[in-house]
Amino acid sequence: MTTFIDYTLNGISNGAIYAAVALALVLIWRATRIVNFAQGAMLMITTYIALAVTNKTGSYVLGFIVALASGLILGALVERLVMRRVEDGPPLNAVIVALGLYTLFVAVAGMIWSDTPRPYPNAFSILGYKVGGTRLLFAPDDLFIVVVVILIAAALAALFRYTSLGLQMRAAAFKPEVARLLGVRVGRMFTYGWALAAMVGAIAGVLVAPSVFVAPNNFDPILITGFVAAVLGGLDSPPGAVIGALIVGLITSYVSGYEGSALEPLAAFVVLMLVLMVKPTGLFSATKERRV
Amino acid sequence: MSALRARTAPIENLLGRSTLTRSLGLVIVAGVVLYVVSGQLGAYNQSQLATGLFYFAVLAGLTMLIGSSGQVSLGHGALMALGAYTVVLLVGKEGWALVPALIAAVLVTTAVGIPMGIAASRLRGPYLAGATLAFAVGLPALANQFPVTFGGSNGLIINPPLPPSWLGASFSQEEWWAWICGLAALLVLFLVYNLTRSGLGRSLRAVRDDEIAASLCGLRVPRLQSLAFVISAACAGLGGGLFVVVFQLATPESFPLQLSLALLTGVVVGGLGSLWGAAFGAAVLTLLPGWSNDISNSLSLSQNVQGNLPFAIYGAVLIVVMLVWPSGIVGGLRALAKVVSTNRRRDL
Repeated sequence: MTTFIDYTLNGISNGAIYAAVALALVLIWRATRIVNFAQGAMLMITTYIALAVTNKTGSYVLGFIVALASGLILGALVERLVMRRVEDGPPLNAVIVALGLYTLFVAVAGMIWSDTPRPYPNAFSILGYKVGGTRLLFAPDDLFIVVVVILIAAALAALFRYTSLGLQMRAAAFKPEVARLLGVRVGRMFTYGWALAAMVGAIAGVLVAPSVFVAPNNFDPILITGFVAAVLGGLDSPPGAVIGALIVGLITSYVSGYEGSALEPLAAFVVLMLVLMVKPTGLFSATKERRV
Repeated sequence: MSALRARTAPIENLLGRSTLTRSLGLVIVAGVVLYVVSGQLGAYNQSQLATGLFYFAVLAGLTMLIGSSGQVSLGHGALMALGAYTVVLLVGKEGWALVPALIAAVLVTTAVGIPMGIAASRLRGPYLAGATLAFAVGLPALANQFPVTFGGSNGLIINPPLPPSWLGASFSQEEWWAWICGLAALLVLFLVYNLTRSGLGRSLRAVRDDEIAASLCGLRVPRLQSLAFVISAACAGLGGGLFVVVFQLATPESFPLQLSLALLTGVVVGGLGSLWGAAFGAAVLTLLPGWSNDISNSLSLSQNVQGNLPFAIYGAVLIVVMLVWPSGIVGGLRALAKVVSTNRRRDL
């Protein structure tokens, strides 16, 4: 029973990290209809910057804030300088450019920081909570991860639901032409969308860094799992991304706990296929009338 | 009809009027060129040629899938793995000859491609990409799960295929591999050339452009999409089998997600939907890593920079090609040709 609880809590804290990545992908997909394969490399860069700041100043919080800020800047730069030029082109071109950016970022990170993995400090203790005499694997640091991701999700929901900026971003994503006629600065909204997404990704990077270590390629798996989670939940739906990520987090945690971690990706594939065969556009995306 | 003819490249027009004779002519010309070229190369370049040729076999199928039917697959690296493991198992453990093993590889990937294709025909755009991506990541796990059969993470090896004795003692094994891969690539060229110019190819393009209109014309959209997926899967299986011819091994690490992504890259950077594009894409995938390695080795740089410069060049090339030539190398060359001879329109 204790192991089951351990696996469940582990699945939730992993799922929270996948949720942050999935949210980043969904934000960009909604804004510009691009699956940002460079996201994993972007959050790797911001995590390196945060690590440098934390090591210099000894402050975890300062590193966290720098990660957020550098995420915002990097996201805006990537959109403005590169992605803007392929947003209107064939959709696959944007994918290839994103893959090119991924390769470039990984190589540049290797040049600057070498390929040797570096440890990243935990925000809180990783010694599990004690419940009724047994020590769980779930620790204050895991709780921190879950709380941070819940806060991000709530903040994003509030942004899109209650603010003028959020409304403009939704309008720009939904009908760019109409939004532009109504005075929305559509291009600027796309930049904001990318910046915001990269910031959410940066948070995921800082949260996952202590357990994967910081190296140029170490964040690839969470991007892949985050993408699978986003597809599972429906790429158009932020709540779908969070729920998809929790499902993937729990299932991979159970499978790797009971059957071995080698089967984890296979389990993710099976679950994704089961869901997509029933709902071809993910669990939570709005059903569109499409008669074929 | 005349509009259609005007849209085909003039080189191909020289080869005759019917698609069949034109494709045969193209195959013969390509075969002669390959024969002459492969004889001139050194051993290293011959194995590079063989590599490029098996990439071409995979990319030709993939460009038909993505370019003609509009489905995006990120899982063709895993299909190559299926073909490769089939050949390695049959040749290495069962003692089969190479050609039947390659045919078996095609059959196996076709068999796996059928359910995948049926599933794929229900999915669109990023959802299909996500599903095939999960397949590409998940499948290699099987090799580790059944280490006795598949050799675990070490994979399986075979002895290098040796040229038959009638070719003479001086005939190198690398040239023999290039011949095998060349014959297979020509077969794929013939097949895909005819398929994309047949009624099936036109139906697929109709489906790609507008599914609803196509289905109203009586085309069975899911069946066509599944069929395109199965054909491209068969090409990937053949390519995977040829991978074994060149490298004599199959390991889970030989077919990572990066391979699937590289295949997609090759198809798009070369020029989506055209066999010339597949050829350019195969050349890029084969030559670019070597060239960027040479460039970074020729400069005296620190170890970190030197080790990573090839990847930086690769990434930068992808971005620049896509920004400068949105329709890939083929599109770029056509644009150049248009500038050179403005009296001849080639806008296909």
